[in-house]
Amino acid sequence: MSTVLVFLEAKSGVPTRISLEAFAAAAQLAASSGAQLAAAMVGSASGPGFALLGGASQIFALEHLLLEHYTADGYTAAYAQLIARVQPDYVLFPHTYEVRDFAPRLATRLGRVLISDVTGFQASAGQILFMRQLFQGKLNGHYHAASPAPCLISVQAGAFRADAPAATSVPAATFAPELEASAIRTQPGEPFRAAAQTVDLASAPLLVSVGRGIKDEANIPLVQELATALGAELAASRPICDAGWLPMERQVGSSGQTVAPKLYLAVGISGAIQHLVGMKGSQCVVAINKDENAPIFEIADYGIVGDLFEVVPALTAAVRKAKG
Amino acid sequence: MKIIVAIKQVPERDARIRIDSAGKWIALEDIEFRMNESDAYALEEALLLREAHGGEVVVLSAGPERVGQTIREALAKGADRGIHIVSDALSGYDALGVASLMAAAIRDEAADLILTGLQSDDLGLGQTGVILAELLGICHASLILKIEKSDSGIRVLRELEDGWFQHIDMSTPALLTIQSGNTKLRYATLMGIKKAKTKDLRVVEAAALGVSATPCVLLDSVALPSRQKTTQMLTGTPAEAAAKLVEKLQQEVRVL
Ligand SMILES: Cc1cc2nc3c(=O)[nH]c(=O)nc-3n(C[C@H](O)[C@H](O)[C@H](O)COP(=O)(O)OP(=O)(O)OC[C@H]3O[C@@H](n4cnc5c(N)ncnc54)[C@H](O)[C@@H]3O)c2cc1C
Ligand SMILES: Nc1ncnc2c1ncn2[C@@H]1O[C@H](COP(=O)(O)O)[C@@H](O)[C@H]1O
Repeated sequence: MSTVLVFLEAKSGVPTRISLEAFAAAAQLAASSGAQLAAAMVGSASGPGFALLGGASQIFALEHLLLEHYTADGYTAAYAQLIARVQPDYVLFPHTYEVRDFAPRLATRLGRVLISDVTGFQASAGQILFMRQLFQGKLNGHYHAASPAPCLISVQAGAFRADAPAATSVPAATFAPELEASAIRTQPGEPFRAAAQTVDLASAPLLVSVGRGIKDEANIPLVQELATALGAELAASRPICDAGWLPMERQVGSSGQTVAPKLYLAVGISGAIQHLVGMKGSQCVVAINKDENAPIFEIADYGIVGDLFEVVPALTAAVRKAKG
Repeated sequence: MKIIVAIKQVPERDARIRIDSAGKWIALEDIEFRMNESDAYALEEALLLREAHGGEVVVLSAGPERVGQTIREALAKGADRGIHIVSDALSGYDALGVASLMAAAIRDEAADLILTGLQSDDLGLGQTGVILAELLGICHASLILKIEKSDSGIRVLRELEDGWFQHIDMSTPALLTIQSGNTKLRYATLMGIKKAKTKDLRVVEAAALGVSATPCVLLDSVALPSRQKTTQMLTGTPAEAAAKLVEKLQQEVRVL
């Protein structure tokens, strides 16, 4: 019987949300191709996380001192050994920063190419088509694997719905890869946070968020006025913070804050996935953008297609008037 | 230090996306091209390192004839020489194929450091650099913001999720994929543009590099995304659209 093998990441011993999404994707893929599901995670087999992988018929705990801190060399070698043992048809990963770092190397070692950042799949004419975004979400591409198994896939955050973790009666088997300390060529340091946070975007009920459409630092007051009129906090996409126009603590997205306000008003933001993962949970999304095809409109509740330099002042005036 | 920087030419950020008649890629007529954003930051890091420690910066790009213009732009900004892998059919290669071409073209250079962008703005694979490192048998780190020389090699600053960072110490030769935004980019000076014309640009035919073009992964078709949500578009003049939105914010979203 063929196997779909999914690799999960754990935080404090339990699988992360995006890992459970990848697990759900792997379960779907296994079901649609009549394969069995196998799951693997770094950690000790007695850890609590391994009991949450209900639905997998094989569970592996990758255990080795050299895997305690992530390194591309360590993970690549360990995962290659488990893949050689399991001989899966498909190998799935959550598309995290770690996976981005080592999975292309792992695929290359196996003579394959990772299909990265997949948002969905469908069976078509005897093969499986994988969807992924191109041009930062402005276009979708359909891919298929033309090489023999295994086919490696990483799954985008939020693309599959994670089921509530189910208890399993399958005990995790310890898999101890053979690793040499001398083969690990990088020494990772302890993770640290940049600056102390002084604004708490996550608890602000209303956010006005500004993107590169604002064009120049001198135009920031335009959106600040709208935020003030609404009683909202100001947030931003990454390029705005990179440029130093707003402090980094106001950045929303995968490398910034995750927010879920009642209202998220995106001004001149295109809607790249790294931004969307940080604000998709908002109750109401409003987008102002001059490009009617901007991906932000795919997730917006209300949209205004137009020049922000005209729409924003009009909106500020209308809000002031409504508030009296 | 000898540093190679891989730069890719991609469509302009605000380019209008239309699908070509075969449904396999976007129509490229009337499209302006530019250097991939994170590659521009990779080039900047390389130039800063050379200014601090000496050495040579070599830019590498694979693509059709028009890519030469992006290479010249990098030379004008200060790169010392360029390598152009010429191919009109690069889309026939997958990421492993493109990285194999690049590996074949630079293996003999024995660079200390190879920098690539984090990901290309068109394909967005985020893979080519990491694959290249494996093909060359050197170590790598991705999502890098800053590079410093250290006693034993280099120390780099890596971005993690949710606003976290870490340092990584590593030996050279190494490959780094560079994240956008950590520095200000320089402009080419008039002098630089003049000088660029005389700099060495090695042109290699892709076909001469002995790389198999049989891909593992194929892009079958492209399509415009469909809306997941039913977005209510508020139309009219800016004042009309603004008034409609305020009404929604009052009556439906109830935040005003
Ligand atoms: C690993 C990684 C992590 C990342 N982390 C983050 C993150 O945490 N947060 C984040 O935001 N990004 C992040 N990014 C970057 C992300 O991919 C996008 O590049 C970024 O979000 C784009 O920002 P933007 O929408 O402001 O700019 P652009 O994509 O340039 O969009 C600008 C928009 O403004 C519109 N516009 C222009 N002029 C006007 C006008 N006059 N009126 C109205 N509209 C106008 C345009 O149509 C366009 O849609 C990350 C990228 C990577 C690879
Ligand atoms: N055709 C190419 N020529 C030069 N560099 C490239 C090419 N394709 C990809 N790269 C490099 O690899 C990085 C990642 O690209 P990608 O894997 O397509 O996201 C880019 O930022 C470039 O630095």
